[in-house]
Order: sequence, then C-alpha cells, then structure tokens
Amino acid sequence: MKPHTLSILVENRAGVLSRVTGLFSRRGFNIESLAVGPCEEPGMSRITIVVIGDDEKIEQVMKQLNKLIDIIKVSDLTENERVERELALIKVTAEQGTSRAEIMQIASIFRAQIVDVGAKSLILQVIGDTEKIDAMEKLLRQYGVKEFVRTGTIGILRGSKTVTSSK
Amino acid sequence: MKTGAKILVESLQREGVEIIFGYPGGVVLPIYDELYDSSLRHILVRHEQAAAHAADGYARASGRVGVCLATSGPGACNLVTGIATAYMDSVPIVALTGQVPTNLLGNDAFQESDITGITMPITKHNYLVKDTADLGRIVKEAFYIAGTGRPGPVLIDIPKDVCTKVIKEPLVPEKVTLRGYNPTYRGHRRQIEKALQLIAAAERPVIYAGGGVILSNASVELVDFATQLGIPIATTLMGLGCIPGDHPLNLGMLGMHGTEYANFAITESDVLFSIGVRFDDRVTGKTDTFAPHAKIIHIDIDPAEIGKNKRVDVPVVGDVKAVLQDMLSMLKKNGLTDAWLKKIKHWKQHHPLTCPDDGRLHPQFVVRQMSELLGGDAIIVSEVGQNQMWTAQHYCFKNPRTWLTSGGLGTMGYGLPAAMGAHFARPDLPVFDVAGDGSIQMNIQEFGTISHNKIPVKIAILNNRFLGMVRQWQELFYDRRYSFTELPPVEFVKIANAYGIEGVKVESPDDVMPALRAALDCDGPFVMDFRIEREENVFPMVPAGAAINEMIGGHPR
Repeated sequence: MKPHTLSILVENRAGVLSRVTGLFSRRGFNIESLAVGPCEEPGMSRITIVVIGDDEKIEQVMKQLNKLIDIIKVSDLTENERVERELALIKVTAEQGTSRAEIMQIASIFRAQIVDVGAKSLILQVIGDTEKIDAMEKLLRQYGVKEFVRTGTIGILRGSKTVTSSK
Repeated sequence: MKTGAKILVESLQREGVEIIFGYPGGVVLPIYDELYDSSLRHILVRHEQAAAHAADGYARASGRVGVCLATSGPGACNLVTGIATAYMDSVPIVALTGQVPTNLLGNDAFQESDITGITMPITKHNYLVKDTADLGRIVKEAFYIAGTGRPGPVLIDIPKDVCTKVIKEPLVPEKVTLRGYNPTYRGHRRQIEKALQLIAAAERPVIYAGGGVILSNASVELVDFATQLGIPIATTLMGLGCIPGDHPLNLGMLGMHGTEYANFAITESDVLFSIGVRFDDRVTGKTDTFAPHAKIIHIDIDPAEIGKNKRVDVPVVGDVKAVLQDMLSMLKKNGLTDAWLKKIKHWKQHHPLTCPDDGRLHPQFVVRQMSELLGGDAIIVSEVGQNQMWTAQHYCFKNPRTWLTSGGLGTMGYGLPAAMGAHFARPDLPVFDVAGDGSIQMNIQEFGTISHNKIPVKIAILNNRFLGMVRQWQELFYDRRYSFTELPPVEFVKIANAYGIEGVKVESPDDVMPALRAALDCDGPFVMDFRIEREENVFPMVPAGAAINEMIGGHPR
C-alpha cells in the first residue's frame, strides 16, 4: 500500500468530476488529494488524484476510470520519474517578538514566502512535495497554526514523456 | 424549424427504433404529443419499472437497442431498478426521461429528481440535455455507446423546455467520434497464439462460456471451436443457449446451482478457456479453489473484467466473435481430449440432474414438460429465485437469445415485463415467463399491459406459497426458521380473469401438459398457476463461500 498519483485527462464537461470521484467512493478508495484544472488541450481538463492502495486495486480503479466515456486517458505517474508539487497557505500565530523572527527563519529555510503580515499572525505560502509541506506544518505547530490550506498534488513526468490524448 | 420533441422522435426513428415502452407525465407531454401521430409504436406499461424491463427484454431477444420513456421525478426513479438490471447484464437500452425546465433545475421543483446523478453508477453513460441543438447528436451518441463495445444502458434526461423550443435542426455527423471511447474488437495476435498453444497442449480443457458469447453473437464460432478440438463447454446462467442443451459437449450450467459434472470438470481442468464471463461469486464459489489446477485464458471486450476476481494467465481483450474467428483461422487439431471426454461422460451418466417421480407436482417436471412441448423454439423468460434456477437447470435451450433472465442484479419482477419486450422483438416465437408466486406479484400490474395490448405472453407460475429460494436458505442454514418467507394463497387465475386474461390452475402432474398446450394454443396471454410441492429445493447447491465441487444435494461420488 503506497500512494499513487494518477493523472487523468478528461473532457471538460459538467458532471465529469462527480463521475470520477463517485467511482472512487463506490470502490472503497479514499482520495488523499485532488486537483483539477484546464490543460494544454482545448476542451479538456486534467485531474490529478493521489490515492493509496495496493497495485492490483489501483490497476482495477484505472481500468474502471478508463471505462468512463468522458475520460480520455489515465496514467499512474508513480511508475515513472516525475515532478510533484503542491502549494500550501499557512496562517500562523505570530506575536511581536521572538516567535515572529523564528517563523520567518523557518520560512526562509523552506523557501516559503510571507504573503500577509497581520498584527498577530503571518500567512506563509510554501510550494513543494507532500513531505516538505508536512514537515513545515509540523515545525510551525508550536507557534500555533490557525489555518492550514493546501492544494492537491499535481504532477508531471520528467523528460519528454507526456500524459496527453495522443498515443 | 422543429421542436426538440420532434427532433427527438425523428432521431429515434433514424436509429431504427420501432417500439418504445413508456408512461406519460407532466414534463414529457411535448414528447407524448409528438408520439400521438408518429409511426413509432408506443406501449403503455402500468409502472415505469416495467418499461425499462420491457426495453431490456426487447434488447436481449433481438440484439438491438431497447428504448423506454418516463417522466421526471417518480417516473424516472421507477426506471432505476430496470436500468440497474440492464447494467449488470450488459444489455443495450436507451432510457429517456423528462426533466423539469432548465430554469428550475436544482430548485427542488415539482417532480424533480437528479436522475443523471442517481443513475451515474448504473449506466454506461448518461446525459442531461441543456440545449435543443445538442439533442440529435446526443441521441446518436447514446445509441452508439449503448450498442457497441460492452453494451449497457444509457440515459438521456431532457428538460421540458428543451423539448418545446423551436430551432433550425443542426446537421448531425454520420459517424460518432468520442475521444474517450474506443472499444477494442480485434484480439492481440500474440495473445491469441499463446492461448492456442495452451489449449493445444491441454489434456483436460474446459470452456467456461458466459453472456459475452450471446451478446457478441458468437455461438456458432464457439460450438465450431469446441467441436473441432473436443472441448466440453460449461455455461454461466447468462450463457445458456450458446450451445444446444443436448449437444454432447454441453456440460450445462456451472456454479452454485450448476450441474455436478460441470463443477467437477472445472475443478479438474488443466486449461480453463473463459469466454465473455466475469468470474462472478455465484459461479466461482471460493475463488482460490476455482479451477485450482488450470491455466486460465480469458477473452473479454472489457479490460476491467480481466484479473478482477481471479488471476488470469493469458488475457485477450477483444470482441468474443472476432477473437474466436481469428482462433478458428489459426487452429491446429489436437487429439488429447479423448480420455477426458470419457471421464466427463461417466460423470454425466452418474450425476445427472434429477426430477422426483412420486406422483406429486414438482417444479422440475413442469419445466421439463415445457421443454418437451416447445423443443427450444420459444423464448423463455424467468423471474428470480427457485423458478429461475429450475428453468436454467431443466429446460433444454437450443438457441442463443432465447433465455432472458436477470443474472447479475437478480431482479424479482423482471420476467413478465421482459417477456412483453421479447414478444415485440420476436413475434414469431412463443414467449413463456416462468415465475414464482412471490416474484410475479412484484410486477403483476403488467397483466394490464398484456391484456390491453393483447401481448400473447404465457405465464407459468410455480406457486409454492413461499419466497422459495430464501426459504431454502432458511431451511439449510437458519435451522428452518422461516422468517417472513411464507405467503398466503393467491388465486392467480382470478386475478388474470379480472384483467381479461385466461388461465388455469394445475394441481396434478397429469394436468401439466394439457395446461401448457392450452397456453400455447391460446391466441392471447395465458396464466398457469402450478401448485407445486411447497418445500422443494434447488439441488445440487454449492453453499456460499465453498469450493464448487463441494455440492450438497448431489449424488454420492
């Protein structure tokens, strides 16, 4: 059982997302993360889903996804060299004084940006893979994480390989 | 300039639709108004569930796409069981539903239900039409999707204003192209070669054939292949009819209520050639002990079925007919199966299906008499439960598409409406529905439809005043505690008469054949109320979760 990142190319039509997510819940899969957006091809969208399961179950889910008429292509990025990123916005309690300086130091170690400064809080924006964001959130917890918002993972294959509609 | 309703009806006619089964209602008024003087035949059912089953029965018997129509909300929801039945058995139907006008969508309007949302997991695809200009294209796509690849139901939800809007009809392209839908028909040549090598080296091969053979119209190729190589064929419930019941290579049905010899043969086989099947739990019993010594070959048009329930050695993704034709063209004879066929013959002689002969009225006898009278030249439809299993076991099917039953979903109430649909698909053949007294009452209102339209369906009720299959399980596994399975007596002939249908009650074996003859000779519908032995069981039987060669109620080995 390990996380698999599935890149799913779909027709950009109403209801496609619920077809996809409905299939996951019907077959008893928990979606770890989900990201949807338009892509390089007109009329299509790309859904990136991270799901945990053994290889056989993942294979079955991919085959079932392929049966959906509005799905054009399904790839398991996990089998290949890839780049994966997510973005998180973290609102941390930061009173004037030492804690604020410490938080800013942590931010610079993680190459996070401070995107909002309030009287009692800071908002940090961090980009990275899941582990990096988890690690940063853990470090910030001692100061008080008021709100933690993250996008789903997105991924892309390294090199010239692509997940596109052409075979 | 045309209304959406007119475009819809003309699009259906362009697809070759000759009949639709439906029930009117508020938001489908524009469609019904268009049907009023259309040449399209419409059969008014008494409950929308029956419309879906009738479209399904029409599709199974004809191989064409069946069509049903219902209004929004309750009408659409009543189709759901019928759509799910068709989905589980891969039957091509197009279900048309009315919907509240687009400006009210999502407002909880009167008779609104999100039927595309509801049917998402039980349709191959579905559509909510938002623009009249899309209607023609969507109908064309729906028929294409329903009838190609692995067939299945497609639903089109049409808001009322989409039907009433008048537009200049856009041209619909001749050919459907869908980027996300390209079924594979031809099997991979290397895989086919591998499969043939395995089969050629086999000493104890068995073919395990299912509904895919029927759907693909591949019975001729299947029997040809099996005969050339001397390979016995066990069929699933859905595959019955793909080889004549009296063919020497036929093993009958396998699985939970299969023949002993089919289950023995599967268990001892060294190569299992699986064709258009899905390794359902009612077939395999405990999967680890299913064909434990066999290398498994699996042909299926749906890649998701391969390896889903059981590991497969040689998968071939493709249309059963196309793959079998390729295999036949590459065939080399082998003569290794003689000893195996001899062994199977021995099993067949010593472990036959039995029918008690004690002067009492047994359901197996009724089915056997029906088989003798009809000689395979009829369409047999069943309900679900004991009636279904006795028919599957004891009726000798001769041809594909002559056996219609709800295999996957196991829908009680399927039989009568499906039989109505089957009649319109094959008006040349008599249609018999074998029912139980429980299941007939699930759609008994359709007596109204068959009477109204003079649909000559013959209904054989195996009446034991029990929900028989559940009672059987209670007897065997719940210490005879018959919890809510006993039914009070019902005079079905009187109900039939009230609808203007003839019928006869039968209480002795001697009266079985005369009753069946009377039914066959009657021009219209006919009801036979067979008062059978109340606690008759379906045997042999593999208890749930056991290996399929561990059968109860069989012969000592």
